[in-house]
Amino acid sequence: MKRNKTMTITQKIYVALIFIFLYAPIVTLIVLSFNASKTRAKWGGFTLKWYVSLLQDETILDALGTTLLIAFLSALTAAVIGTIACIAMSGMKRRSRAVLMGITNIPMLNADIVTGISLMLLFISLGFRFGFGTILLSHITFNIPYVILSVLPRMKQLNPSVYEAALDLGASPLFAFFKVTLPDLMPGILSGFLMAFTMSLDDFIITHFTKGSGLNTLSTKIYTEVRKGIKPEMYALSTIIFVTVLVLLILVNITPEKAQKENI
Amino acid sequence: MQKELIRLEHISKSFDGQMVLDDLELNIHENEFVTLLGPSGCGKTTTLRILGGFVQPDAGKVIFDARDITGMPPNKRQLNTVFQKYALFTHMTIAENIAFGLKIKKKSKSYIDDKIKYALKLVNLEGYGSRMPDSLSGGQQQRIAIARAIVNEPKVLLLDEPLGALDLKLRQEMQYELIRMKNELGITFVYVTHDQEEALTMSDTIVVMNQGYIQQIGSPESIYNEPENAFVADFIGDSNIIAATMIEDKCVEILGTRFACVDTGFGTRKPVDVVIRPEDVELVPPENGTITGVVTHLIFKGVHYEMEVMANGFEWLVHSTVLSPVGKEVGLRVDPFNIQIMNKPESEDEEAVALEL
Repeated sequence: MKRNKTMTITQKIYVALIFIFLYAPIVTLIVLSFNASKTRAKWGGFTLKWYVSLLQDETILDALGTTLLIAFLSALTAAVIGTIACIAMSGMKRRSRAVLMGITNIPMLNADIVTGISLMLLFISLGFRFGFGTILLSHITFNIPYVILSVLPRMKQLNPSVYEAALDLGASPLFAFFKVTLPDLMPGILSGFLMAFTMSLDDFIITHFTKGSGLNTLSTKIYTEVRKGIKPEMYALSTIIFVTVLVLLILVNITPEKAQKENI
Repeated sequence: MQKELIRLEHISKSFDGQMVLDDLELNIHENEFVTLLGPSGCGKTTTLRILGGFVQPDAGKVIFDARDITGMPPNKRQLNTVFQKYALFTHMTIAENIAFGLKIKKKSKSYIDDKIKYALKLVNLEGYGSRMPDSLSGGQQQRIAIARAIVNEPKVLLLDEPLGALDLKLRQEMQYELIRMKNELGITFVYVTHDQEEALTMSDTIVVMNQGYIQQIGSPESIYNEPENAFVADFIGDSNIIAATMIEDKCVEILGTRFACVDTGFGTRKPVDVVIRPEDVELVPPENGTITGVVTHLIFKGVHYEMEVMANGFEWLVHSTVLSPVGKEVGLRVDPFNIQIMNKPESEDEEAVALEL
């Protein structure tokens, strides 16, 4: 019994240590974002003034707008392209599907800096003007695999008879797809969309290489600001980004579970 | 005989070089309950899918109501399918599921509402319209799938092992329901199953299939009592299948003993197969039997006892309500009428079938 007790205590300490290592930096950041004193060394009392001044800074609000717009558009486009890709892949033979799956996974495993630089070089050689369009294109590119990854398993679970039943009852193939197959895929598409949205919000490196000058997303904005000297507003901004991503990730993880329960 | 509704002409189909159907010919009449019966992989489901339009045959024609519909897509065909795994639309209510086909046909709302009510009544699920499919049991879901198909008033209802996922009790109930619906609706049923009992219970006509070939077409009685070959005999119920020699008309030599029979026209001294159903073998005192043997096994089956009797070097399967204990010497007698003579298989395929048994 005693041995057991010390075991559980050790276990608890161990887990606690892991969480401290993982979250101490973020907790520090969040605490400092509410710190009234401008220096990092001293706690000057609780305040929301950094958040207020953040919301009054137009360049930051611009960057926020760009970030959200790019995240939304790129996630939406990736969701459409990824879903179509999954439909095509589900019709393939097992072998060619495995090969294609491997290829789509490469951009996900590839170092961001490599993806970023190669996209930059591609855009230069094609003579594109850097700006909103190039950021959007690159975000769509790295988002597609995430959509495929969440839609394909859903696709495999589908009962092919359901689509055939719709045809059998007189539906045209297109009508049957939108009315019957798509609703069944929706949980997968939705979690793929949210995942892509998060990835796009989160991205710094690829955006950094493909944005050109003049336009900023939040992450590149923070980077430029920090180079000039750290302002507490940036803590507030980082906190907001962290919380947003956290909420999105929780959403992504809840949707498929809920959908599965509905299935049973 | 009713008017012919469907004719399959010289249908062939192979998947990845594997022949599934070979030159299949089949006629289906109006208001007939036809069952395609056979082991898995015999081509019965493929035949049904060709009828439904989900599979295109490599060769041959599908004639429906005197029209060639071979190339017609499923959504244009005047028949509806009930799928093996129900295939209900899980994100729609029961009523929406049933209304699916009618809405596509742009029927009026009052017409659709009436039809939903009628269909739910027909399948004994009144008041279930607003429920979701997931909240129903397997048997109920299957009945909704049938309701969804029949509201479209198809000329033919195709059913692909619809009772396969249900438990025994429910399956038997559904068999009676299906017969009732067929009589009430007056439409043609084409039913696929591997369950011979199901086929015998419900069908007007049974089509026994194996390895892409039709083995025999006939009424349940003729399939059971007069199987044309060893495969059919073995697939439909238990039977004693014995190699024998036809001595002359109405006389067959089985295991060295001559038996009287009623079949003629097989020639003289010709090798044949005979089928004797276990319930047709009578156990009598040894002195009264055509041949004698010893009981080797005995199992109680509820309705009857199942015994194995070793006689003339063959283990005879016998069903009887009278018990004969293991080790008892008995005489075996078979009514001439109950000895079914079959030609030996001719083609290589049929040979393979016979060997597999």
